[in-house]
Amino acid sequence: MTTHKIETKTYRVRRNREEEEMARVEPNHMGIDIISGREGHICRKADDVKPGITGNPQRAKRAAITRGIDDASISCDTDSVAGAVSQRACVFCGARVVINPIADALHLIHGPIGCSAYTWDIRGSLSSGTELHRLSFSTDLRERDVIFGGEQKLEAALLELIARHEPQGAFVYSTCIVGIIGDDLKAVCARVAEATGIPVIPVQSEGFRGNKNAGYKAACEALFKLIGRDREGEPVPLSINILGDFNLAGEIWIIRDYLRRMGIGVVANISGDSRVADVARAHTASLNVVQCSGSMTHLAKMMQAEYGIPFIRVSWLGTEDMSRSLIQIASFFENPSIKARTEELIGEELAAVEPKLEFYRRRLAGKKAAVYVGGAFKAISLIKSFRAIGMTVAVVGSQTGKQHDYEEIRREADPGTVIIDDANPLELAQLIDTLEIDIFVGGVKERPVAYKLGVAFCDHNHERKKPLEGFTGMLNFAQEVHSSIASPVWLWIPRGEAAGRDTAWSKAAREEAAREEGTREVRHG
Amino acid sequence: MAKSSVSTTNACKLCRPLGACLAFRGIEGSMVLLHGSQGCSTYMRRYISGHFREPVDIASSALSETQAVYGGAANLKQGIRNVVAKYAPAVLGVATTCLTETIGDNIGMIIAELLEEEPELREIEIIPVSTPSYSGSHMDGFRDSCIAILERLAVPREKTGAINLFPGFISAADIRHLKEIMEDFKTPGIILPDISQTLDGVIDGGYRRIPPGGTSMPAIARTARSACSIEFNVVSPASQSAAALLESRHDIPGERLPIPIGIRNCDLFFQTLAKVTLQPVPARYKEERGRLLDAMVDAHKYLFGKKAVVYGDADFVLALTSFLIDVGVSPVVCATGDGNREFISRISQTAAVAGIQPLILKDTDFDEISERARETGSELLIGSSKGNHIARRLGIPLLRVGYPIHDRIGGQRLLHIGYRGTMNLLDQLTNMLIAREQDELGYGYSYM
Repeated sequence: MTTHKIETKTYRVRRNREEEEMARVEPNHMGIDIISGREGHICRKADDVKPGITGNPQRAKRAAITRGIDDASISCDTDSVAGAVSQRACVFCGARVVINPIADALHLIHGPIGCSAYTWDIRGSLSSGTELHRLSFSTDLRERDVIFGGEQKLEAALLELIARHEPQGAFVYSTCIVGIIGDDLKAVCARVAEATGIPVIPVQSEGFRGNKNAGYKAACEALFKLIGRDREGEPVPLSINILGDFNLAGEIWIIRDYLRRMGIGVVANISGDSRVADVARAHTASLNVVQCSGSMTHLAKMMQAEYGIPFIRVSWLGTEDMSRSLIQIASFFENPSIKARTEELIGEELAAVEPKLEFYRRRLAGKKAAVYVGGAFKAISLIKSFRAIGMTVAVVGSQTGKQHDYEEIRREADPGTVIIDDANPLELAQLIDTLEIDIFVGGVKERPVAYKLGVAFCDHNHERKKPLEGFTGMLNFAQEVHSSIASPVWLWIPRGEAAGRDTAWSKAAREEAAREEGTREVRHG
Repeated sequence: MAKSSVSTTNACKLCRPLGACLAFRGIEGSMVLLHGSQGCSTYMRRYISGHFREPVDIASSALSETQAVYGGAANLKQGIRNVVAKYAPAVLGVATTCLTETIGDNIGMIIAELLEEEPELREIEIIPVSTPSYSGSHMDGFRDSCIAILERLAVPREKTGAINLFPGFISAADIRHLKEIMEDFKTPGIILPDISQTLDGVIDGGYRRIPPGGTSMPAIARTARSACSIEFNVVSPASQSAAALLESRHDIPGERLPIPIGIRNCDLFFQTLAKVTLQPVPARYKEERGRLLDAMVDAHKYLFGKKAVVYGDADFVLALTSFLIDVGVSPVVCATGDGNREFISRISQTAAVAGIQPLILKDTDFDEISERARETGSELLIGSSKGNHIARRLGIPLLRVGYPIHDRIGGQRLLHIGYRGTMNLLDQLTNMLIAREQDELGYGYSYM
């Protein structure tokens, strides 16, 4: 590599490779270009629309993508494919986001600085009092700690921070490197708990030990160690714990207000606006209500086994699921007064939001959404919420859904809906483009991808500033969707081929559709 | 002074691989793959994308438990194959993380093996960089990546009259301004890395797997033939200086200058450019300088003696300190999450011009910056949006500059450098203080 020739040649090679790449892309069963090894992670629900109606290019295009496999299984809950730009995070991330909202606990990350820097104040979990959880503590491991071990530093850091902040408890998160150098977190935590008299709980969240689901599990295991510590606690009648609500934008306060009006008490929120003492007596509640099932079902099951507390899965998103969830809770208690109050509450709330929703329905009817979120249960609620404002969901997916979650999604989804597990920007961009999506719902990382494609975006992620749960949340959701779709800025942004773009995937899909015109043969694989 | 705590609260630096992601993003047709667990790339994508509001694709070798025990070679190879198949990069940066550094994966060897197995991958420049997150900061990762890129791609031949510009990590608008300046000096310039388009792109209705823009491979090759190099980096050791590398390897004289923020640093930069290009400073910049002086005079009374806290990357803090000294603000706390002895001595020298001895914090965190800001009775903060909590707690205003800015839009378009950038900072700073005074006076003065 010493001559000018070589360098220009290399450069030209790249251009050629790009062109070859464009030509080489073979449409697979979804009519889009999928990362090798991920074929099983995308499927679609069958529909009765006849594909490839001649002379209608829009229908032909649609045909190409809806001619997919339709068996009941989707590959999911596996490690991400190397080299794919997965939207998932790691075990540590899963554990951190679930436990971190406990506001009066010290959350210390044992590892190098990055893990702490990138998760500092990462989600707006509001607290009604202390805000210790908004500080990001790290042992900031250095090279010498990696060589000689980080236990001493961890112990010193814990003692220092506990003395400084006087927390009610502490969680110590392990990171990738701690798993490798083999620091004995349990022993250090036990010593510090002994010395300080507060619970100090290790969270086994080494990043590489699986995906975000493993992190949720690690979080549940850690929380379970705290539950039951308040030994004086007597069972509280007519009370519940809320599991898996993180009080984004104060949402849990809305839900607690509903419960108060129904005559039901809350022992612990886990973990939005939560306190160590609440979690420690969570075993005294009569029922566990699991809102984010992906993260908290494991804890609910452990509590059922240990304390005999039954649990139900609910969703606070959308008027339909919100109403049903409150009725579910009310019926558990088999109390006529609660039942009556619940019905009254639902009636009042619906009467307040329904007329306003009508405004949005008129403006949004017929628009198409794509939903790609962390948990599958939320995805299901979103399908219903969009339906409630007259919209359809053409793509639905999650980072961490399991087989049974995807079965539920399939049941709820409209025919023809594409279902995707552990997606990446490459595949999402193609789906948004080919299916002519009007609005994309996803995390912060996906937002600019949608925008570049000229597509509206709904911030239904943990950065939201407006509550989206509850009946008022549904109204906020409609407003959020409308504020992006109805913006005049999109009039200026060219889309698809209008942008002078003939992307590999849309070309492939079109050609495929043309070939298939008039036939109804389903191609496998 | 270094911080007194064992633990770190609210880090004032980012980890090393993030710097590699930023630097490679400034190379045309490039992509980055992090060799580690999945979380690293996702966190960094979010962190970078949150500031630039652009899609940022960073691949991961997505190691899981088995590979953490037995080595990640197979995943790394598969990761490279997949990235090449779907992104078709010209340059692929492969950066390590704390996990793969600790398990001892030799990425250079793994890549060599892969190239043996699949010779067609040789068409792509696969550049490994060692970025253990447990040492140094994102700026180390950034500089080490620039060095690795030059070591691989700079090819000496007959000399040209071009100037190499190694700007370090400044905004996309700053890079665009540098290009404009080089044009006005009628001299070809090679800027490395160039994030001006790749991290501040246009919308044309398409999602580009690899966005257009960045320093091209032929341009990088030509850096070894330029007349001289100018680098905005006075704090790092020579081993992390691109200009020093080209000087020692290819005899290209290098000038290491402070980032041109503030009239003093700008004068130095423009004089250096005039010297190395053998061109007079273009009239436009003389006029901009004059206008900046005029603005400094207009603003001076609002600024004089105001006590400021400056924090961020070492070189950036040094430049901002110089700017504040130029306009009469007193930097009482100058802090960086990283830093070295050179940082301390440079800040001392810069502030000594005005007879000020700021508290200089290296290897610090936001907790300590907050405490020192309170103790010194500071009246304003200048730095990234991560000072937001301190501003709220102390009830003092924050001028958001540098990186990251996660709670406002347009961070990538903030112009900091040159007479024009300095003027922009001056206006923003002054108006921030005027607005505060207007609010505090309560009367609602119509003239301020």
